Amino acid sequence: MQHVSPIREPLVTGGKTYHDITEDVCRQVEAKPNIRWAAALAVALVGLAIFLYSVYRTLWYGIGEWGLNKTVGWAWDITNFVWWVGIGHAGTLISAILLLFRQKWRTSINRAAEAMTIFAVICAAMFPVLHMGRPWLAYWVLPLPNTFGSLWVNFNSPLLWDVFAISTYFSVSLVFWYIGLIPDFATIRDRATGPIARRAYAALSMGWTGSAKAWSRYETVSLILAGLATPLVLSVHTIVSMDFATSVIPGWHTTIFPPYFVAGAIFSGFAMVLTLMIITRKVFFLEHYITLEHVESMNKVIILTGSIVGIAYTTEFFIAWYSGVEYEQYAFINRAFGPYWWAYWAMMTCNVITPQLFWFRSIRRSLTATFIISIFVNIGMWFERFVIIVTSLHRDYLPSSWAMFSPTIIDIGIYVGTIGLFFTLFLLFAKFFPVVNMAEVKAILKSSSEVKHSHNSHAKSMHGTAPESNTNTPHSNE
Amino acid sequence: MAPHLSLTLIHLIAMNKKFVLGIYDDEDVLLEAIENVRAAGTKIYDVFSPYPVHGIDDVLGIKRSRLPIIAFFCGLFGTSFALWMQIWMLGFDWPMIIGGKPHIAIPAFIPVTFELTVLCAAFGMVITFFIVSKLKPSLKVNVFDKRATDDKFVMAIEVNEGVTDMNALNDLLRSNGAIEVNEKEVIK
Repeated sequence: MQHVSPIREPLVTGGKTYHDITEDVCRQVEAKPNIRWAAALAVALVGLAIFLYSVYRTLWYGIGEWGLNKTVGWAWDITNFVWWVGIGHAGTLISAILLLFRQKWRTSINRAAEAMTIFAVICAAMFPVLHMGRPWLAYWVLPLPNTFGSLWVNFNSPLLWDVFAISTYFSVSLVFWYIGLIPDFATIRDRATGPIARRAYAALSMGWTGSAKAWSRYETVSLILAGLATPLVLSVHTIVSMDFATSVIPGWHTTIFPPYFVAGAIFSGFAMVLTLMIITRKVFFLEHYITLEHVESMNKVIILTGSIVGIAYTTEFFIAWYSGVEYEQYAFINRAFGPYWWAYWAMMTCNVITPQLFWFRSIRRSLTATFIISIFVNIGMWFERFVIIVTSLHRDYLPSSWAMFSPTIIDIGIYVGTIGLFFTLFLLFAKFFPVVNMAEVKAILKSSSEVKHSHNSHAKSMHGTAPESNTNTPHSNE
Repeated sequence: MAPHLSLTLIHLIAMNKKFVLGIYDDEDVLLEAIENVRAAGTKIYDVFSPYPVHGIDDVLGIKRSRLPIIAFFCGLFGTSFALWMQIWMLGFDWPMIIGGKPHIAIPAFIPVTFELTVLCAAFGMVITFFIVSKLKPSLKVNVFDKRATDDKFVMAIEVNEGVTDMNALNDLLRSNGAIEVNEKEVIK
């Protein structure tokens, strides 16, 4: 038992009991799909159809379907890749880093945030694979024995590091998420009435019974996985940034990239978590679990990371001037005042200015304002990657090869399509999986809910005598 | 095989085990009950709870898990394997000059080494966790009390036929805050 300051806001409101938590979270898993969910899924499936059509065009006719040219060889594909990977980072941050910091507010949002991570990484992986042109040869990126004269992959290349980083990140996140899901699957299994549901959740729950020994190991595994996932998540965006930073393109060749990319990733990820959570809590009636306190905590992370990103933009400009390298200086002047000025200022407005509104407590605690600002941040972070990638490439050392980039309908289709893919996966998750981690919320209920259990309010040692007044246990020895 | 013979075999191999289940609805009451029941000389078979109860390891005498050690050695394997793989492939099996760097460019090998360390540590530990906790996908699960995954804490005590004094056990559990005491037979 631990002391909780009386001024700390409750994390679970509405006087919920353990059984209420089970009921509230299992309800949407067990009930028939509601019309709002079905309508949302229909829209997401349209997006998925757009994705499949655009992928078909890309595979059938080749990369020429995209707007790339000889000068701008990377554009929307890599922009979208970095954008999606970045979004994924918030899930790991919430479930791993906040677990290490013992932040209890993570418990009701970590499940959905981790699901978001996994789906975002799936969306991200589409872009490099499609950009290969011949995705059926994607296994060539792995160091497999081959008949090309045992020619191995190039371990000096950041693009290969990416392969290892993203696949490790995806599989470790998936395992971490699944481990957390096992006790909740067991809860659903023990409530299930239908034969299919009972068998499906029994298989998914891996025979979990909630025995003390298993919980003890479960907690150890969670802690170690969190400890492993924390440096992993930092390494992933570090390596993604090295895709750019190890090249000699002006505007890319900077040492600030790894921390700047990681901060940006967390920034965009929290924005996406907020976008999703504000909708999810409304649709599934989870207002008592995902409270304004949660929203406010996430908004504070957004101010912090948004400000770091703002400082990074300024530092880049300063260093470009201070370095005395004219190509570097031109790259940055061109970013802000060249033909892509609108993208640069969209980025500056969305990422640096709008999140500063969260310094006001009323805005931080306003759901409407938070939702709008989170969308702005999502847009701003997309533009950040676009600015970094396209403005640096389109005018490099040789003015005769300067060019502009404009996306084709297929470029747009693949991007919009991955949003469809993402929401299809997220909606299926939200329907069939418990969106809130029931076991973890139950674990914090006694210390962090609105209603204090009578025996909790007495300061008593764990080894002391039985509580004096015990309303919850009618058969106690008094 | 004749049906009566197989039935006899089942009885011979799989003795039904009988358990007394004390049902609790509060973690602090449960922790005290565990201490008192163990102090009374009763062996607790297992305790089932809807969430990890803090402090239960100490009162039940559960030793600290050694899974971190497994994770460490799996990670060590990952590190060594990754370094060996990269050094052998690019340094010995098919040396190539890439960007004017030495064949064995250790700094460039760090990212892949790190990722494989994390991958091996995580998967090695999780697979071990599944094996030692006997967690595997199965359609039928022996659950003592279904409320243990919802809102109740279940203390299971194995009954030795003829040895265990059922009334005394019932009293012991109830006097320590059990809201219910049930019996359960489990076909092993």
